[in-house]
Amino acid sequence: MARVTNIVVAGLGGQGVLKATDVLAAVALRAGYDVKKSEIKGMSQRGGSVTGDVRFGTEVLSPMVPTGEADFLVVLESTQVDAHRHLLRPGGILLSPEMIDQDKLANKKGLNVAMLGALSVHLPMPESDWHKVLAEQFPQKFHESNKQAFAVGRQGQQKNPGS
Amino acid sequence: MKHTERMLLSGNEAIALAAWHAGVALGAGYPGTPSTEILEAFAELGGRAQWSPNEKVATEVVLGVAFGGARGLATMKHVGLNVAADPLFTAAYTGVSGGMVIVSADDPGMASSQNEQDNRRYAVAAGVPMLEPSSSQEAYDFTLAAFEMSERWRLPVLLRVTTRVSHSKTVVFPQDRNGPPQNPHFERDVRGRVMIPAYARPAHRRLRQKLAEIQAWNETSEFNLVVPGDTSLGIITSGISFMHAREAAPQASILKLGLTHPLPMKKIAEFARGMERVVVIEEGDPYLVEACRAAGLPVEGKPEMYRFGELNVARVRRILNGDTSPEPVPPPGKPPQLCEGCQYRQVFEVLRRRDCIVAGDIGCYTLGVLPPFEAMDSCVCMGASIGVGLGLRHVLPPDQARRVVSVIGDSTFVHSGITGLVEMVYNPPPQGHVLIILDNLTTAMTGHQEHPGTGRTLKHEPTGQVRFEDLARSLGVRKVHVVEPRAGSDEFERVLDTCLNSGELCVIIARRPCLMIAKRLKELELTGAQAKDRR
Repeated sequence: MARVTNIVVAGLGGQGVLKATDVLAAVALRAGYDVKKSEIKGMSQRGGSVTGDVRFGTEVLSPMVPTGEADFLVVLESTQVDAHRHLLRPGGILLSPEMIDQDKLANKKGLNVAMLGALSVHLPMPESDWHKVLAEQFPQKFHESNKQAFAVGRQGQQKNPGS
Repeated sequence: MKHTERMLLSGNEAIALAAWHAGVALGAGYPGTPSTEILEAFAELGGRAQWSPNEKVATEVVLGVAFGGARGLATMKHVGLNVAADPLFTAAYTGVSGGMVIVSADDPGMASSQNEQDNRRYAVAAGVPMLEPSSSQEAYDFTLAAFEMSERWRLPVLLRVTTRVSHSKTVVFPQDRNGPPQNPHFERDVRGRVMIPAYARPAHRRLRQKLAEIQAWNETSEFNLVVPGDTSLGIITSGISFMHAREAAPQASILKLGLTHPLPMKKIAEFARGMERVVVIEEGDPYLVEACRAAGLPVEGKPEMYRFGELNVARVRRILNGDTSPEPVPPPGKPPQLCEGCQYRQVFEVLRRRDCIVAGDIGCYTLGVLPPFEAMDSCVCMGASIGVGLGLRHVLPPDQARRVVSVIGDSTFVHSGITGLVEMVYNPPPQGHVLIILDNLTTAMTGHQEHPGTGRTLKHEPTGQVRFEDLARSLGVRKVHVVEPRAGSDEFERVLDTCLNSGELCVIIARRPCLMIAKRLKELELTGAQAKDRR
């Protein structure tokens, strides 16, 4: 079977975890991959843990990233790292919020976009596609702050690649 | 509207798009995870969609649409079909003229439900055809096909999805094939649609005849496909389990069933005969495995431990390896809780302080069961708070009975609480009773949908409004209080004490908008007022 890239985004309700997976999945779709994105909604809306899985490649079967097979684990809330570390494969890359200089974010709610910026450094999709999708998926008033957040995430990662 | 490009859609969005392309005249349902987004997406596309008070009413409305020769879609979560079971079973007898599709969105693993019942059993029990998609593409294709089947055999069709199909986004190539032109009109068919015993007896025979025809047709239908592979292992599967199975056992031969009632037993037997070992991979109940065994096929099912929760690739590997060792327990995440600043925190704090016996109900406020409140003693199904509270009041010793309260949310009250309130008036317990309606002016748990108590439609436009205080008074409840629970006010506590001590039937409506919609509500109220001015 052709290689599938597995990404899990984790955080708490209200942090934009699912929005981040929507953007990531749309970027992979634009690049021509088969894509599946899975999430659990419901009680998680009330501030509980939320995870979203994105898988892309030539052909994706199960929509859920099997435990221990995530290539990337993107965590938006540092308290959620331990609860999700087991999802990573050996050698998989953890991206945690400490890698972002959050004081630099023009909009504090843009952490999810900044984390996507950090992730984008490791993925084959061109940066321009990310910006196109971000512009499609967010209202106009967030476009500038999103561009800035995405750049902050990319810069942090280029200096300090994941653990 | 054209939708022909490659799209990334959730299963729910794919069903909505297919309903739009199929020319569905009306979609009706009640919000419930994981089904809610179907009608919202359908309305967004331009379809006519509505929230009904509950799934039974929604199904009846859609049955009327289909009796009128138009296409209708009813959507609900798995437990919603329990409420709609009454019309479902007899609609299978009456049949339909226009296409009627009922979506049952099951929740194995209970991401947001009170049980994990397997609604494939309903297809068998009611005698209706059932389609089970495994991806958004199939959700789209099967929805279109379900309407065609419904019209061909003049039967309601059950489209059974699960959380992972409803909420996963996968690639869809829409066909943009439009449904046949519809010409709604009334055709009198008294013997076909008035189910008195004399007409229902032949109707039942007609239903069984139709099912026999569909079974024969299904033996070669396009819904069931064989993925060829080694003959050392054959897997029989359906729905999302197909995806897990293909990934877990890429070399195996797979029979993937899409039309899972009535089952193509000859096709299944033929597949099984060619295999050295056959394993049935299915989530939830042993539905397929029982059907295979009843037909005398030597198939393996899953060990009982895998009946609980969702399947995934790892669990399917374990089933295929016969591994029944304990599964690794993932580290706990952060549990959900009542929002900071939620007005119902105060309600549950007071109920806890008064040591009330709380018959609870379904909604965000069910979180009142968790620390720090731990102020809920039962939660069973929509509306059960009232009946259960009354039953407790009837039998408990007076000192305990006086502490029993029923707590129900606004949308839940409309769904199934009104008949409970009638029961309270009709069969009052000796010590009276206290019903608390937590009215936050929205269906909060499922993502803030409107309901008859808000006076706005699914699309947030003004419509008729059911006022709970007027309803309770008109039913004969004399003590009806409307209070606003808020920080720094002890009004709720004082009113509750008065009611608990009164020995009478009391309804307390604790009304304050959900924090998460407060701003939006102001905008809607302004728009609503303008609309009224214009009339």
